[in-house]
Amino acid sequence: MIATTDADFRFLQQFLYERSAIVLGEDKHYLLDSRLPPVLRRVGSESVSDLVRALRRGDPSLETAVVDALTTNETSWFRDGAPFEALRRHVLPELVAENSLRRCLSIWSAAASTGQELYSIAMLLDAEFPEVASWRLDLHGTDLSTEVIERARTGRFSALEINRGLPAPFLVRYFRREGAHYVIADSLRSRVRFEQLNLVKPWPPRQDYDLILLRNVLIYFDEPARRRVLAAVRDHLRPNGYLVLGTAETPRGLVGGLVAVSAAGATFFRLEQAGDAASGRPAFAQAGAERAMPAGSGAGEASGKEEG
Amino acid sequence: MTHALVVDDSRAMRSLLRQVLERLGLEVSEAGDGRAAIAAISAGPLPDVTLVDWHMPVMDGLELVTEIRRHKEWRRMAIMMVTTEAEHESMVRALLAGANEYLIKPFTPDAVIEKLCILGLEPGARQTTANGGSAA
Repeated sequence: MIATTDADFRFLQQFLYERSAIVLGEDKHYLLDSRLPPVLRRVGSESVSDLVRALRRGDPSLETAVVDALTTNETSWFRDGAPFEALRRHVLPELVAENSLRRCLSIWSAAASTGQELYSIAMLLDAEFPEVASWRLDLHGTDLSTEVIERARTGRFSALEINRGLPAPFLVRYFRREGAHYVIADSLRSRVRFEQLNLVKPWPPRQDYDLILLRNVLIYFDEPARRRVLAAVRDHLRPNGYLVLGTAETPRGLVGGLVAVSAAGATFFRLEQAGDAASGRPAFAQAGAERAMPAGSGAGEASGKEEG
Repeated sequence: MTHALVVDDSRAMRSLLRQVLERLGLEVSEAGDGRAAIAAISAGPLPDVTLVDWHMPVMDGLELVTEIRRHKEWRRMAIMMVTTEAEHESMVRALLAGANEYLIKPFTPDAVIEKLCILGLEPGARQTTANGGSAA
């Protein structure tokens, strides 16, 4: 176990909060044990105090390494099932129909980790919506961690990663084997772009999106940071766009202007529009081209709208 | 209760898969090779899913999948290959023979859960972990 003084732990809490708005709880001492040793080796010490001293002196690359080490990058393909089923059956058919004249589609995976979420979207579009192949597609992934963004760009995954929720037909169709790794097809990799972005710091200018995925990130922020990030994300949603949060996350009580719609067991958020309360914008009104359910997905039907 | 048949000549692997599946609330039975699996399926009741190793004595996994898919009355049973065979060619052969999913050894318990979900066999005790991006 790595010995950490209370003062050093408080410094690391504050350090992580200032750079990422992530709250390192008092119960997270174990994270230091499991994740800091490689960073400690880098400063040539086994002492957290030495690391803290080095951070106090200011070393941008060391700061990045510590933030990377203390953040979690758990992810899988088509994660949690229901949101992707809803995307396949309702959301993407609607967005594709609405954008058929513009022939553009912009999707942002805001906590992209090593890329599985965005590549899952890319595979889904390629397999189920061949009409968008000639469109201007912007499939954009960002993450706080520079290390995972670098990995996402390579499109290389271990067998352990490939096992995590990737249907076998997609593995066969979209990956090639290189030694112990699987590499995503160039045709998909060329359609996505990844960049480092700290959601709680000012963002460089960016476009608005048809679909934003911000799943299981807000739960790690304190309330002021949740409000700031949600408001900024909402302001980058196109008028008919969709926002996806994690199942335990909601904008309710944090920011206004978003309403919840549900389908296939998943909840999405859309911009509130004038007259919503009176007449109700029908949920997935243009989802007439509903896609067939994959065998045995067990997902429910579209079930309407509720306040967000 | 969802019933899984684990077919593997390694007792250790059968035991490992049994632990994972039982923790998810599945009923588990075992067979040590393809021929024993055919006997178990024929005796009934029909499992919801059969997890099949590739390399086994007597009747290997690919032969077993082919044999199972000859029986129309067993069609509703899902088949998942669980194997060290990681080449694309092997996966394609298994899928063409009638396997529905493919899990490469070694694997984590989460990977088993996610593959069962793909097959529509959502385990009652499913626990998702952590987040989709970077967070402490």
